[in-house]
Amino acid sequence: MHEIVIISGKGGAGKTSITGAFAQLAENGILCDLDVDAPDLHLLLDPEHRTEEEFWSGNEAVIDQDVCTGCGQCVELCRFDAISETDGRFTINPLQCEGCKVCVTLCPAEAIEFPQKHCGDWYVSSTRFGVMVHAQLYPGEENSGRLVTLLKQKARQMAEEQGLDLVLCDGAPGIGCPVISSMAGTDLAVVVTEPTPSGLHDLKRVAELCENFRTKVAVLVNKWDINPAMTEEIEEYCRSRGYVLVGRFPHDRAVVDAMLERKVITEYDSGPLAETLEEAWSDILNLLKTIQK
Amino acid sequence: MIYAVASGKGGTGKTTTCSSLAAVWDRPVTLVDLDVEEPNLHLFLKPDLSDIEKAYIEVPEADEDKCTSCGLCRDICQFKAITVMAGTLLVFPEMCHGCGGCLAVCPEGALSPGKRELGEICRGTADGHAFVMGRLRVGEAMSPPLMRRIRKEFPELGKGGDILIDAPPGVSCPAIAAVTDADCIVLVTEPTPFGFHDFKLAWEAFKPLNKPMGAVINRADLGDTAVLEFCKANRIPVWAEIPYSREIAEAYSRGEVVSKAIAPLKETFADLRGNMRAAAEKEVANA
Ligand code: SF4
Ligand code: SF4
Ligand code: SF4
Ligand code: SF4
Repeated sequence: MHEIVIISGKGGAGKTSITGAFAQLAENGILCDLDVDAPDLHLLLDPEHRTEEEFWSGNEAVIDQDVCTGCGQCVELCRFDAISETDGRFTINPLQCEGCKVCVTLCPAEAIEFPQKHCGDWYVSSTRFGVMVHAQLYPGEENSGRLVTLLKQKARQMAEEQGLDLVLCDGAPGIGCPVISSMAGTDLAVVVTEPTPSGLHDLKRVAELCENFRTKVAVLVNKWDINPAMTEEIEEYCRSRGYVLVGRFPHDRAVVDAMLERKVITEYDSGPLAETLEEAWSDILNLLKTIQK
Repeated sequence: MIYAVASGKGGTGKTTTCSSLAAVWDRPVTLVDLDVEEPNLHLFLKPDLSDIEKAYIEVPEADEDKCTSCGLCRDICQFKAITVMAGTLLVFPEMCHGCGGCLAVCPEGALSPGKRELGEICRGTADGHAFVMGRLRVGEAMSPPLMRRIRKEFPELGKGGDILIDAPPGVSCPAIAAVTDADCIVLVTEPTPFGFHDFKLAWEAFKPLNKPMGAVINRADLGDTAVLEFCKANRIPVWAEIPYSREIAEAYSRGEVVSKAIAPLKETFADLRGNMRAAAEKEVANA
């Protein structure tokens, strides 16, 4: 079984539109949306939830006002500036609390409770392109990395049970914890970028991260015709680093028009746009064959 | 006044907006790139970065000779960053959140403060404005500690004038952390189903902060009217609409600031500046 993650470093480079098309082209795969913070793939695939589960992770500190003696020690202890005092009353700002338990353990009056947090929900759904595992983290929550790991485990397990040979993931933006969790154990990272200074800058950072994890990198330049010279520069950079180029995709309104109809590009267009993605997808499959497990 | 430019979804034009605002800002301002995972503002403002300082987080360093394997550090650590296995103390510094809990509870003084590199804080000037950027080290998982370091400087930076923040995309903890200090939040979106969906998430996430918020609709004539209708229904003012044009996309792709490169946009961003200022000042006057 192989696992592919589509990432972009820079968000909004067209990652999800392209993942949607690959979802249609992929046969025998499980789909997985790892952008648990701001997931979008479901907007194209219209999933029907088969199972729905709560995601509980981490804890938050809450001061019991009846027990608190107002000694103020917790304010000194908290390194996240989450505890403040107004008129002798000590309270914890849940958005600032990191859930480290330091105040809970060291409060001399044992006045601080530490309930678990319900951080989001996750789903296994049916779509017209097969099963999809996805989630929605609640606003402001941490632990997105743990949720990403959970989704990946679930997707892999289902692929194995059903004898499928592919897990196709829409990754998270950035280079931090959710992306690092997306990358763990993945065979191939497909980076979707665009020919802009930010596109190149973010590609370099996210590809370096892939290299740290010894994950093979393939690159697709979206909206390449916005700046052909910059596209050349990006592709040259990729060649020099040994990243595989799997195609160029033009700047075309059809991408938005397809989205408005809740279709993936390859459903909406059967002409050259779809062909570009079909070729890219077959390059990706060929590349996978060369990756030894 | 502190202004934050945020967006539920990356790539909607947050950096375009921020760099364009910087170019039309007519008061002293410090430009702060808090999108530390993928900072992009410098690519357009091209600041000269005179000062680059590495930033660290405190992590425990172990003295095995003093450790009695009592396990108290393991019990307090919520992040599985320190443990005792078969009588051996193990520290995983990359998992540590720097809470100091293990150091506070160790009865033997076996732990002392060490450090892990988070990334760097770069300072300089761009177009006569002060510029500060955080850049997360590739491989570092946690952006909030680096952001926290920069946010601690806000009271000092604010003495020199306004602060304009380029916030990270999304709605999870780094995004919220970036807008927490702001007097006014600008939400950049585009009128596509993805843009609209993420805009709603961001609006819901930021609403509890009770700060004045307005929308910037980028590529306004692409897509549909769902965002506009939502703004109307929820009384979210639309502070600027930036048309879709290939000319703008190409200028951006060349690393240009679009409010400078495309003449009519200068006024669009000057109006946006006015709207932001009016909203923030009204809020402060009411407070
Ligand atoms: S340490 Fe405990 S008793 Fe003291 S102020 Fe904090 S919560 Fe109250
Ligand atoms: S649990 Fe940690 S972060 Fe939360 S309030 Fe207590 S000391 Fe601060
Ligand atoms: S400082 Fe906090 S997070 Fe780090 S190892 Fe100690 S208890 Fe764990
Ligand atoms: S608390 Fe101190 S003595 Fe106990 S296991 Fe941890 S390091 Fe060792």
